[in-house]
Amino acid sequence: MSPRVNEILAGLARGCPDGEGLADRLVADCAHAAAVTGVGLSLTTDSGSGAVVVAVSDHRAGVVEELQFTLTEGPCVDAARWGRPALQPDLGSGVRPRWPSFTAGALAAGLHAVFAFPLRVGAIQLGVLDLYRDTAGPLTGAELAEALCFADAATALLLHLQAEVHGGGGLAAVDDRAEVHQATGVVSVHAGVTLVDALTLLRARAYADGTPIGEVASAVLAGELQLSD
Amino acid sequence: MTPEARMAEVFVELADTLVDSFDVVDFLHVVTERCVELLPCDAAGMLLGDQRGGLRVVAATTREVERLEVYQLQQDEGPCLDSFSTGELIANVDLVHPDDRWPVFSAAAVRHGFSVSQALPMRLRAQVIGALGLFNSERVEFTPAQVALGQTLADIATIGLLHERAARDQTLLSEQLQSALTSRVLIEQAKGVLSARAGTGVTEAFELMRSHARRNRRPLSEVASAVVAGTLMPEDLRTG
Repeated sequence: MSPRVNEILAGLARGCPDGEGLADRLVADCAHAAAVTGVGLSLTTDSGSGAVVVAVSDHRAGVVEELQFTLTEGPCVDAARWGRPALQPDLGSGVRPRWPSFTAGALAAGLHAVFAFPLRVGAIQLGVLDLYRDTAGPLTGAELAEALCFADAATALLLHLQAEVHGGGGLAAVDDRAEVHQATGVVSVHAGVTLVDALTLLRARAYADGTPIGEVASAVLAGELQLSD
Repeated sequence: MTPEARMAEVFVELADTLVDSFDVVDFLHVVTERCVELLPCDAAGMLLGDQRGGLRVVAATTREVERLEVYQLQQDEGPCLDSFSTGELIANVDLVHPDDRWPVFSAAAVRHGFSVSQALPMRLRAQVIGALGLFNSERVEFTPAQVALGQTLADIATIGLLHERAARDQTLLSEQLQSALTSRVLIEQAKGVLSARAGTGVTEAFELMRSHARRNRRPLSEVASAVVAGTLMPEDLRTG
């Protein structure tokens, strides 16, 4: 996992010592770091059609987020549905845009480029992070790296917010080890919970015991540890 | 079958996979397995750039090699990392008598039972998108022809990764790379779900999903999704 993701999360935690306003801060920091006009963070359902806007960095980002979910088309909807980024560096180009109604609305709001990143851990679909620009043009390699790191941080944040409902867990990046993902699957079957709840259980156990999540996962896979809700 | 005939067969198989119910992670796994089959190496692992300045393991033929590749990433030291950052091929790395380039990695590789490794870049024009690592337990030196074959397989992996859409531009390349990384995580989760339901190990679970995907000409990630969603149960995979 990129050290930059941990740095972003540490910055968020420092800026919001009481844990309030983490999402607002994330979108603002992301807009600054990736040099874009606005950023929106939304929670999505599995089908990609419904969504709840969690935070927007400015008014225009808010308008465009709402627009996509009202129209049920746009890069954010595609990113959620297909689980891959939808990058559109020039909305005004081309005679047949990928998303005609969304494109018209975004251009009317003065936005010319949009970059949508799915926030997911394999089959776990959490949300989408959308970056907007008032000028056309692709993200540079460095800006793309920042956007992807903020997307990882946003994934961690959404998992953290979800865990708080169940009583806590740290604001930690998702460990990318194969064992962690396999153990998520095992726990979901044994505990009879969804994958996201299974991952939350693993993270909460690691957090509570002060153990690396990789070790918790290995114990689950070896059949030495059973987790339940 | 002569080695040449088998090699030709493998190339046909890989080309076939490219047009028929293509699944990128499955394809990369097959490439690593064919490396072990066609070359005098015991294990292979593949790393892909995550476009955040790091690399992630997407395929590995054994658990040991997967662990070693992860360790290489954590330690930020090793021939695959260098091959990725320079785009150079690094052949016949002596892990038992290491020079001063990768002392920590070499020691770990020896602990995992390896003596020699090859690091092959996955290049796309001026860019490097990943690296392929080949490992031997015996102290076998690759001939130049074997190194070249390894590089060809690494190049095929690159083509496979990018073929799904004409990756002429950076935008599509990014979308495809990120999609491959997500797909790999999904398959790991499905291995866990299936192993718990079927009472098998994760390796058997993977084989079960893969042979079902092959028989039914469905992409592996689609099968993995169905396993996670509970619409494909162990008995469906075994019988269908």
